[in-house]
Amino acid sequence: MKPTSPLTVRAALLALAAALPAAAHADLKIFACEPEWGALAKEIGGTHVNVYTATTAMQDPHRIEARPSLIARARSADLLACTGAELEIGWLPVILAQSGNAAIQAGQPGQFFAAPHVAMLEKPAALDRSAGDVHADGNPHIQTDPRNIARVGEALAARMAALDPAEAAGYRTRWADFSARWNAAIARWEKEAAPLRGVPVVVQHKAFPYLQNWLGLKEVAVLEPKPGVEPSLASLAAVKAKLAATPAKLVLRAAYQPARPSEWIAAQAGLKAVALPFTVGGDAQSGDLFGLFDSTVSKLLAGLH
Amino acid sequence: MLRPALLAAALAAAFPAHADADLDALRAEIKEMKSTYEARIQALEARLQQAEAKTDSVAAQAAQPVASAEPTRSNSFNPDISLILQGGYAHLEDRADRGITGFLPSGASAPERGFSLGESELVLSASVDPWFRGFLNAVLGADDSIGIEEAWFQTTSLGHGLSIKGGRFKSGIGYQNEQHPHAWDFATNNLVYDALFGEGYVQDGLQIKWLAPTDLFLEFGAELGAGGAFPSTNNGSNGANSVALFGHVGGDFDASNSWRAGLSWLQAKPRNRSFEGVDINNVGVTGDFSGTSRTWLADFVWKWAPDGNSTQQNFKFAAEVFQRRESGLLNCDDADATDPSACSGGLAGDYATDQSGFYAQGAFQFMPRWRVGYRYDQLFRGDAQFAGADAGTTLGTLADYDPKRHSLMLDYNPSEFTRIRLQYTLDKAQQNVDENQFFVQYIYSLGSHGAHAF
Repeated sequence: MKPTSPLTVRAALLALAAALPAAAHADLKIFACEPEWGALAKEIGGTHVNVYTATTAMQDPHRIEARPSLIARARSADLLACTGAELEIGWLPVILAQSGNAAIQAGQPGQFFAAPHVAMLEKPAALDRSAGDVHADGNPHIQTDPRNIARVGEALAARMAALDPAEAAGYRTRWADFSARWNAAIARWEKEAAPLRGVPVVVQHKAFPYLQNWLGLKEVAVLEPKPGVEPSLASLAAVKAKLAATPAKLVLRAAYQPARPSEWIAAQAGLKAVALPFTVGGDAQSGDLFGLFDSTVSKLLAGLH
Repeated sequence: MLRPALLAAALAAAFPAHADADLDALRAEIKEMKSTYEARIQALEARLQQAEAKTDSVAAQAAQPVASAEPTRSNSFNPDISLILQGGYAHLEDRADRGITGFLPSGASAPERGFSLGESELVLSASVDPWFRGFLNAVLGADDSIGIEEAWFQTTSLGHGLSIKGGRFKSGIGYQNEQHPHAWDFATNNLVYDALFGEGYVQDGLQIKWLAPTDLFLEFGAELGAGGAFPSTNNGSNGANSVALFGHVGGDFDASNSWRAGLSWLQAKPRNRSFEGVDINNVGVTGDFSGTSRTWLADFVWKWAPDGNSTQQNFKFAAEVFQRRESGLLNCDDADATDPSACSGGLAGDYATDQSGFYAQGAFQFMPRWRVGYRYDQLFRGDAQFAGADAGTTLGTLADYDPKRHSLMLDYNPSEFTRIRLQYTLDKAQQNVDENQFFVQYIYSLGSHGAHAF
């Protein structure tokens, strides 16, 4: 064996000393229910967070199996970042109950819900399941308006700073940087999307009220007869009849939804079917939050031509 | 910083006249710069004010729903309530007894002929305080009875993957055991759980569970219970008559495939566990068993959905295998003194069994709302000794016969709160019986949105 030179030992010690502060300060472990909050946490946390995203853009966030893998990841999370407003009610309670993790339970700082930080739309006046899969707190698909991303991000950055004081300054700096770039991007998207104002659209599921509100799209019909109920031939025929009186230009669906109902109505009523990424990872272009809205706006504009 | 200043001072001292003219120029330049900067600062201040006003309006907008929320009512702290309604129709042969041959009866309830109301389940649950949550599942029987299927507390704040549950709860052993009948994939129970526990094993006691801090799901649990349910009995003693240990492991193969497997062990010490059966000549007998009952249970579940999106299509496979060994003392006697049986005058002897069985089932959602499923149940009577001979030579109930059942189901789920199911079962649970059974079943879930485990 070659004898180790004193210089190598010193270099190794130096490297160790440099590595120690990083090793002593563990990354903040974040369990994000949806890809958009995972992406947002990565923007704020940079390399100082370990983000696990529980669902993908190809999955219906209403209907997720409480899989063992999710329970195992929730076990070691420092922070749970989810939409709330009952979006995850069919699976998150099981994961919380089985995680054995006190930090992310209700009422703990490690439990972060996005919905309370934005103005909710479509809050039902009466709660009755005869109206379908309605949510008492309003429509939970808040991430389709980039201004909501900014509102949630500010609260999330503050929460991350509170949970991880050692890296608080870093979170604030990265948030300020992201926020500035984000606001500039919103201004750009709004300018690009100006032709979309007032455009009548059909939606497959009530997944886009926040996007419609942001860009001034006009929803004239919904393919699902009730929220969460798959479109049937009868409900599609009713939408077709309605469109004869009040025509629309586009029919929108999220990436995880089946193409058939949209494409049927598009062919029948002369609309353009547009599959929007809906969240980060929803198409090739939506690698991050900027890509998500770049793609959303460009796909909507492409639908007009 | 200091050096240019010193240099300037030195230069000024060296060239006073020259410097004066230069200084005036400098002053003018600075004045001009000051005025332009002031204008720019004013413009910036105006923009800042505008932005602040905008933020305020955003904040006001964001705060609005909170402000407009309904005032807190006194019933806001009521627990989540949900109600399950079940019932249906069964087309069955007229049989007096629907026992499982080869196994001591577990007290499983037999399906009723014709129309029947199933068990209605009332579920209440809520956080108790920052440290505990509570859960009650009361079963309202068609016969006007009320049963407490589960009533427990569970810790929520221990952390480190630990949780403790206490009260009456469905044991964590196996896979199907923790499920209530409304969550089953078939209208009837499988033969394994029928023979082992009647419906499912319920503990009155304590459970401790620990989830390992690994990305692979790895969970261990231990339970101590009074053992009030088959195969145990509540002996009125201070100790725990029923001890269970279990471990589960699970994860994802990829985005579309996930799995869970488990191994469980249950030990019970029944005392005078009574049973009713028949002797070799089909004459009624009664008896009891005292001894030790040990059960091993292995389970495996695999779920598939394209890209993990189960809304359009999904498939679920579940299988469980068991081995049960019982040893001790068995007594039997005539059920009716006027109808003498092989146990006439009372018969007592050593009793030892080594029995096993399995079920395997698959349920496939081939399109939204519709699922089709098949299940195969098989029990092996195995070795059963009573008083030095094969138990089947004395008791017809323990005859050497391997029960089996085929079930085929189709269910329709217009929403996640409604399920309507058709089922056909070829039942060979009892020796010399081949019964075609038809079931129609409805399950309705009302109230709070329940979350189902994997």
